[in-house]
Amino acid sequence: MTGAIEVLRAGPLTTVQDLGRPGFAHLGVPRAGALDGPALRAANRLVANPDDAAGLEVTVGGCRLRLRDARTVAVTGAPASVTVDGQPVGYGVPVRVPAGSVLTLGPARQGVRTYLAISGGIAVPAVLGSRSTDTLSGLGPPPLRDGDVLPLGQPHPVPSTVDRVEWRAPGPEIRLRIRLGPRDDWFTDEAIRTLCGTPYTLSPMSNRVGARLTGAALGRRRAGELEPEGLVLGAVQVPADGQPLVFLADHPTTGGYPVVAVVDAADLPALAQARPGATVTFHGPQR
Amino acid sequence: MRDDGPVRVRQVGASALLVEVDDPRAWFAELWRRREAGEAVASEIVPGARTVLLDGVPDPAALAARLPGWAPRAGAAADSGGLVEVPVTYGGPDLADVADLWGTCERGVIERLTRTEFRVAFCGFAPGFAYLAGLPPELAVPRLPAPRPAVPAGSVGLAGGYAGIYPTASPGGWRLVGRTTVRLFDVDRDPPALLPPGTRVRLVEAPS
Repeated sequence: MTGAIEVLRAGPLTTVQDLGRPGFAHLGVPRAGALDGPALRAANRLVANPDDAAGLEVTVGGCRLRLRDARTVAVTGAPASVTVDGQPVGYGVPVRVPAGSVLTLGPARQGVRTYLAISGGIAVPAVLGSRSTDTLSGLGPPPLRDGDVLPLGQPHPVPSTVDRVEWRAPGPEIRLRIRLGPRDDWFTDEAIRTLCGTPYTLSPMSNRVGARLTGAALGRRRAGELEPEGLVLGAVQVPADGQPLVFLADHPTTGGYPVVAVVDAADLPALAQARPGATVTFHGPQR
Repeated sequence: MRDDGPVRVRQVGASALLVEVDDPRAWFAELWRRREAGEAVASEIVPGARTVLLDGVPDPAALAARLPGWAPRAGAAADSGGLVEVPVTYGGPDLADVADLWGTCERGVIERLTRTEFRVAFCGFAPGFAYLAGLPPELAVPRLPAPRPAVPAGSVGLAGGYAGIYPTASPGGWRLVGRTTVRLFDVDRDPPALLPPGTRVRLVEAPS
């Protein structure tokens, strides 16, 4: 018999995430998947799961779960206290949890998104090849609620060869490397200089769809509306108010505001872990 | 960036290309075919109104150099694509306003819509939401000044030069002219969208 977890306290926003749902953007299906992909991969490796196993993305507030059978778990991403039946256990290391024990993740001490991998993975039914919750379209399992029971898969028989991962805290300033385009020609030269030369502040309106920024407005050279076109992860879209927005995993597949630049995918996990109020700077351009 | 006659290729980040073309639907079909044939590698091929996006491309510069030679033959998309008839019960809350904007009566709007053969130009907004092209530019209607907080699933609306059908209940600013009960998106169907890009669509009147 395979196991399960019972959700005793879901927290403000806890979702099931794997590496996402690529391949269906032409049908309007967002990619979804863990916002801090390296953290989820690390957690999976600690418990000997494949990289694409589903874990939990726990947003800021922690959560509490009961494991119905004995499993190995690992916590990565935003650092938080981890306890098993009230006893502190390690962060970033594999932890053996006995059957029936209660696992509690405290609020994130730094960062925003804590990842929990459980050996065998969360085994809710895959939707279009992924178990990820997509907060934009509603595909995949809904965000966790108190009282939910989530099935687990079969653990891998061979123990993990990874025994520890560290949290790399983002610095006081989130540096995003960009490549200009595809619609940089819709903006004034001054707007491009402003984008690359002035700091922006991460807005509390940010979510899994995008990181909203506030700061100097980016002025347009061209008026009018752009006909809808495909969007990529990390696209820096500039709506009518001139305030840039960096698209994250649950972004829409097409959009009608011009994209001035695209952020290097390697810099997006740090952005996803930055707290509202953080300073964000753009660095480029490269063509 | 390249500018080779009718094909303009813009680099998008480190691993995507935006191809600006006259006929995105034909290009989408052609690029899809070439990917199936192993001639191109991309994790996503996404048509837009005037573009096709290729995302997840391992070597964008090499692919960009080959694209101008891949122009689909003229009219290639005209004879392809399945036909889907969507039964619509006309009579949405904005039908009278659309009739005013078109300078006709409600019956005139219904007759115009039912005799138009639409084509799915591209998808977006929500899984399975297809932008249906086929109305002449002079029949383009503006979105509502403020979107409705809740549009029921199956609502048929008009905005810009497009018609569209809401696959699920959501907020929305399209002008609603009817309803359908067909399921537009079903994750257990292959493909999951009833109306993928390129599909020919008729919005036929549902039997009352």
